[in-house]
Amino acid sequence: MFWASYLLAALAIVLAWPAPIALSRADWTARAPFTAMVLWQSIALAGGLSMIGALLVWGLEPLGDNLVAASAGFLDLLLDDASARTLGVVHVFAISAAVLLFAHLVFTLALTFVRIRRQRSRHRDMLTLLSSPSAQQPATVVINHPAPVAYCLPGGAHSVTVMSDGLMDLLTQAELDAVLTHEHAHLHQRHHLLLWAFAAWRSALPWLPTSQLAQRAVSELIEMLADDEALRRVDRATLVRAIVIVGSGEVHPDRDELAASAADELPRAARADPTGRTLGNESTAHRVRRLLAPLPPLRRLQQAAALSAAGLLLVVPPALLVVPELVG
Amino acid sequence: MATLGDLERTVMDLLWATTESTTANELRDAIAEVPAPETGRELAVTTVLTVLSRLEKKGLVERERNIRPHRYRSVTSREDHTAELMHEVLVTAPDRDAVLARFIGSVSEAEAQTLRTLLGGS
Repeated sequence: MFWASYLLAALAIVLAWPAPIALSRADWTARAPFTAMVLWQSIALAGGLSMIGALLVWGLEPLGDNLVAASAGFLDLLLDDASARTLGVVHVFAISAAVLLFAHLVFTLALTFVRIRRQRSRHRDMLTLLSSPSAQQPATVVINHPAPVAYCLPGGAHSVTVMSDGLMDLLTQAELDAVLTHEHAHLHQRHHLLLWAFAAWRSALPWLPTSQLAQRAVSELIEMLADDEALRRVDRATLVRAIVIVGSGEVHPDRDELAASAADELPRAARADPTGRTLGNESTAHRVRRLLAPLPPLRRLQQAAALSAAGLLLVVPPALLVVPELVG
Repeated sequence: MATLGDLERTVMDLLWATTESTTANELRDAIAEVPAPETGRELAVTTVLTVLSRLEKKGLVERERNIRPHRYRSVTSREDHTAELMHEVLVTAPDRDAVLARFIGSVSEAEAQTLRTLLGGS
C-alpha cells in the first residue's frame, strides 16, 4: 500500500512536469496530431488520477492493504467511530486533500462548462442580431466587419460558422471554401470538447505551468487536425494561401502567378526558412510550414508505441489503486 | 411563426435605423409594415413590450421612463455592437479561449512577416 502511494506520487510528478514539457517540444506531434492529442488527454487524466490516488492511498494506508478494503474500513470508521486512533492527523489531512482535490477538479470542469456555454449563448444572441445568413452555405453567417475573420461557434444543433465581409473581400471562392471546410472539421470532430476539458484543466491548476502548455499544445493540434481534414476536400495550395492571407491580413502581390506554380514552389519556400518552430510561439507559421513541406506520417510502429503509452497511462493509476499487492 | 430571436432582430433593425426614440405602439405598427416571413402579421403590443424588455436586459435598448408611454431607443449603433463582438473574437483572453475556434489565432507582426516570407513574397 505504501509503495503504491509513492509510485502514484512519482507518476503524478512526472505527468505534471517532465512529461508535458517533453511532449510539447516533440517534433513528431505535427506528423501525428491525433495520436499526440490522445497522449495529451491521457497525460492530463492520468496526472489527475495519480495526484488524487497518491494522497488517498497514503492516507488510507492504516485501514487496509488495498483501496477497496481501506475504503470499507474508512466507511466503518465514519459510521461507527470505531477505531479513530488508527488514523493519524497526517492521514486525515491526506484523505481530506484527496477529497478536496477531486471536488475541485470536478467543480472546475462543471463551472468551466457553464461559463463557456453562457458566453457562447450570449455570443450567438448577438450574432442573431448583427449577422445575416450566408447565401451559399448552410449554418454559416456573415458579419459586417472589415477585419478578415472566420470562426466557428459550437453549440450542438445551433453550431454556426461566422465569416466577416473583410474575409470575403480578401479571399477567392476556393479559398473561402477551404476556410469553411476547416471550420466545419472543428465542429464535426467535436474539438470544442477538447478545448473545454483543457480550459478547465488550466483554470483548475493555474499554478501548474504545464496546464497552460497543454492548453496551447491542444489548440495547435486541433488546428492541424482541422487542416488535415480540410485537405481531403480542398487543394493544399489553396488552404495555405487562405491561411497566409488571413494571417498576414493582405493578399500576396503575385497571387495569380503563385496560384499557377504553387504546388511546385511551396515546398522550396518552406525549406528556405530554416528557423523552424524555434522562433517563439509562431503557431500559425508552424502550421503553414507543416502544410508546405509535409512530413511523412509517423510510422505505424511509432504510432502504436505512442498509443500504447497513452493506454498504459490510463491503466496504471487505477491498477496501483486497486491491486497494490502487485508491487509490494 | 416568428421566433423571439427573429422579433428581436426586427425590432433592433428598426431602432438602429433611427436616432429617435419610439414607443411600443409605433414599433408594432412599423413591424406590421415589414414584409412577411420575418415576423408574421398581427402582433400584440404586449409581445413587442416583452421583446423590448428582453433587449433592455441584454443592454441593447434603453427606456425613457419619465414619460408615458415609455419610449425606447438603441443604446448604441449596430456598428459599435459589431465592433465590440469582433473585439471579443479577435482579442485573446485565457478565459475565452475555449468559447470559439478561430481559423487563424492572433498573429504578431513578426509572424505575419514570416508568413509572407514563407510564400516567397515581399
